[in-house]
Amino acid sequence: MTDAVARDPTQVTEVATGPAPAGSSRSWTEIGTEIGDRVYTWSIAGFASLVPILLLLIFVAVGVAAWPALRAFGLSFLTSSDWDPVAGHFGAAPAIYGTIVSSILALVVATPLALGVAVFLSEFAPSWLRGPVAFAVDLLAAVPSVIYGLWGIFILIPFLREYLMPFLRDTLHLGVLPLFTGPAYGSSMLAAGLILAIMCLPYISAVTREVLLAVPRSQREAALALGATRWEVIRDAVIPYARSGIIGGIILGLGRALGETMAVTMLIGNRHEISASLFAPGYTMASLIANEFSEATGDMHLAALMAVGFVLLLVTFLVNAIARWLVWQTARER
Amino acid sequence: MAATNGWAGAPSGRQRAVAERTERTIRRRRLRSSVMIGLMYVAAAVAILPLLLIVIHLIRLGGSSVNLAFFTHMQRSPGESGGGMANAIVGTLILIGIASAVGLPVGIGAGLYLAEKRTTLLATTVRFLADVLNGLPSIVMGIFAWELLVKPVRHFSALAGGIALGAMMIPMVTRTTEEMVRLVPISLREAALALGYSRWRTSLSIVLRTALGGIVTGALVAMARIAGETAPLLFTALGNQFWSTSLRAPIAALPLQIFNYAISAYDEWHAQAWAGALVLVGIVFVISLAARVATRQRYGAGD
Amino acid sequence: MKPLSLVFAAAIVVAGCAGSADKAQKDSASGAAPATATSAGGGALTGAGATFPYPIYSKWFTDYAAKTGVKINYQPIGSGGGIRQLQEQTVDFGASDAPMSDDEMSKAKGGPVQHIPTVLGAVCITYNVPEITQPLKLTGDLIADIFLGKVTKWNDSRIAALNKGVALPNRDLVVVHRSDGSGTSYIFTDYLSAVSPAWKTSPGKGKDVSWPAGLGAKGNDGVTGQVKQTPGAIGYVELAYARQNKLPVASLRNAAGQFIAPSIDAVTAAAAGAASKFPPSSDYRVSIVNAPGAQAYPISSFTWILLYKTQPNAEKGKQLLDFLKWALHDGEQTAGSLDYAPLPTPLIARLDSTLATIKVGATP
Repeated sequence: MTDAVARDPTQVTEVATGPAPAGSSRSWTEIGTEIGDRVYTWSIAGFASLVPILLLLIFVAVGVAAWPALRAFGLSFLTSSDWDPVAGHFGAAPAIYGTIVSSILALVVATPLALGVAVFLSEFAPSWLRGPVAFAVDLLAAVPSVIYGLWGIFILIPFLREYLMPFLRDTLHLGVLPLFTGPAYGSSMLAAGLILAIMCLPYISAVTREVLLAVPRSQREAALALGATRWEVIRDAVIPYARSGIIGGIILGLGRALGETMAVTMLIGNRHEISASLFAPGYTMASLIANEFSEATGDMHLAALMAVGFVLLLVTFLVNAIARWLVWQTARER
Repeated sequence: MAATNGWAGAPSGRQRAVAERTERTIRRRRLRSSVMIGLMYVAAAVAILPLLLIVIHLIRLGGSSVNLAFFTHMQRSPGESGGGMANAIVGTLILIGIASAVGLPVGIGAGLYLAEKRTTLLATTVRFLADVLNGLPSIVMGIFAWELLVKPVRHFSALAGGIALGAMMIPMVTRTTEEMVRLVPISLREAALALGYSRWRTSLSIVLRTALGGIVTGALVAMARIAGETAPLLFTALGNQFWSTSLRAPIAALPLQIFNYAISAYDEWHAQAWAGALVLVGIVFVISLAARVATRQRYGAGD
Repeated sequence: MKPLSLVFAAAIVVAGCAGSADKAQKDSASGAAPATATSAGGGALTGAGATFPYPIYSKWFTDYAAKTGVKINYQPIGSGGGIRQLQEQTVDFGASDAPMSDDEMSKAKGGPVQHIPTVLGAVCITYNVPEITQPLKLTGDLIADIFLGKVTKWNDSRIAALNKGVALPNRDLVVVHRSDGSGTSYIFTDYLSAVSPAWKTSPGKGKDVSWPAGLGAKGNDGVTGQVKQTPGAIGYVELAYARQNKLPVASLRNAAGQFIAPSIDAVTAAAAGAASKFPPSSDYRVSIVNAPGAQAYPISSFTWILLYKTQPNAEKGKQLLDFLKWALHDGEQTAGSLDYAPLPTPLIARLDSTLATIKVGATP
């Protein structure tokens, strides 16, 4: 049934109904059907077109607002770390770096957990447990960002500062790696990455779970008949069938990670500095905008913030393009 | 046992060695299976842990403030007892309603288009751009909505807030709808068409209904997200200290109120903020439950 | 399809009921184009801006609505946001912790803008050093050097010189500043620029500056939390946060040479000292850091309500002016209950006459 996902389902229609035989008049029912089909197709195409229209509007609006800053600073906006609203210098490099690093960290942590939950729910959980647990994980998406931030400040950061960071750096001796050096303040890239992972989790897990549940039982039965262990069934029969859906879920989670503002800004330390260590404070583009927009009044300051938004749009574009390319590669290999 | 392995006669030394190796391999594979399955259980537990911790935290800090007054009274100054978030609760419900009315039809419609016309230029473009739109910080959406919906008419409104939230729902609902509709086996569609259903009725009555469970999941997750969003509302719905349900006036909302209270200096307001968060999660919980019950059917589209 | 359509129908019904219930309840929309009349039974105004005075303003508006039925909705979207909304006339009044610049005022679409100071705030220096049990004394230039990163240890000789008899530990000084733009930062950097030429050159004063040293925390509550959790930390917070959280605060040397601890009276004294020096034509866009006066606390500041000097809508203009008169007399009495310092009485008298100059019901 794998070619089911490859063929365009609407092509079937041409085969099924076919053109009316020559010479016969068409009944009202047929005309009505055709009108209905046409209205339907145009409606959904119309709805779909709203997406590029919306994005184009946003792109243009942000770009126009950002233009004064982009023109004034040029490429140095992307490479400079000097963000000084009073002097009028704006360089967003640390924010760009921080967005990419925190998002990657979030996905690296969230994806295995989300896959684990989804597989657990679709394969092993007894049916009475499946509903409530799935529900609970989906509910993670409802917690407001500011609450994640507050919880992070009161619970996560002390935990990191007193237990996890010393554990990683000293007990596991990972401190020799540049990733885990430096004093443990708590507010750090690591804290931001972890809270983002928790926030991405429900999206990846919800989509993966649905996709795994939709894998036909025949796939699993065939693998079992060939002597696979339960894990091998999952690894070799179920997950590959669901692969593109799973990647879709990951991209959904990535979207949340890139654009998240409030929780990150409360946990990342907000320092305009690029540091190799995950223990060091940093910045992200979204939290930079959120932090400064409400109070910014200078024209160049506002333009610079819009320029950060513009760069974020571009980075999101790029990251998604890379992800799509990866999907296309894995699809080709099959 | 020699008799059950299918070989005629007593096994030779080499046959015994092969049998043993196969046994070992099978044992190793079984062990790996058990270990991986154990890890799955651990992953599930680790994934639920933050939610449990957060909800416990919310209950501990805010539970005592969730009383009748919370649902019937409005803002009071710190130092005065009996404050509540009645207007914010109603405001959030109204905003969710408007956002869903805007975001769900567009999102589901777009998702259907992507699933049916998979390879057209519009479909590829929309799929990609929906993912990009998903990564837009909510504050940028809020600023954009302000430019379009507030500045020209020179007043804040609940409608502007709802539309901004609805616009944020669109990309999420689109992508999840597409994934779920794609999972419906093509045999179902062919069968309906063979029975004489028109294309549009097949899509809506047969395919959409089959994928409904998954679509509802996607819609609920999108709705949960926008229910907790603050930034888009700051510049559109603004927030309201007083009771207002008018669509053309500023309206209170739970995330806004929670935020204002949480960053203040006063302990009474902090407790109210936690209570508000608890109620917000509770509202999403109730809506999700109701939607699942209303659309309950055979789980998933597998055969 | 039925369940889904039920969900849509419910959403639309809720939205529709909301719209019609509004007409029934006479909770009219606020802030529409100036020609719209408000409905009977109390008016409605909309304002937005600074987060610092939000608690006292919301109390005032609740009390005022109970007294007169006029509902004034104020939301703390930030001083910058408030100024922007006023410029675009999407609100009836704005509020800001920093005065508008000439450039910003020229962009206001409704004509000239009047600044009315309402209450006073103060920025306290708070710290977390378990070994120190008495309040510390500090001076402005010392604080500037600490925040510049030049003083790094608690037992530095300059700190010791000001605090003879206090045992200072050999701990690292951890500076905590604001990561978000804020009026509090504006007041603090305004003070530092006034007392330290090095600070004035760079980073200078602003709601958002490039901090040379330390950790950034979001919001007054963030700084409070960070300082509380980090031994050796020093940071700056609004008076209300220091009092509500019972944080240790430093006494600062004011322009008269006295070491004054932050308190409501000390802040009002600063305003009185500064106001006595206002020229008759002052538009109140004045900084009062390092104010003269023996009892003045040096890091004090006004917060302002911003309104157009000419109010085109007669009814709303009158309601706004009536509220401001009430606030300056009755409202000021309750300021202290929420840790805000009231304006000094002579200044209130001046403001009354300024309010009388606002034109109502005309076009600029």
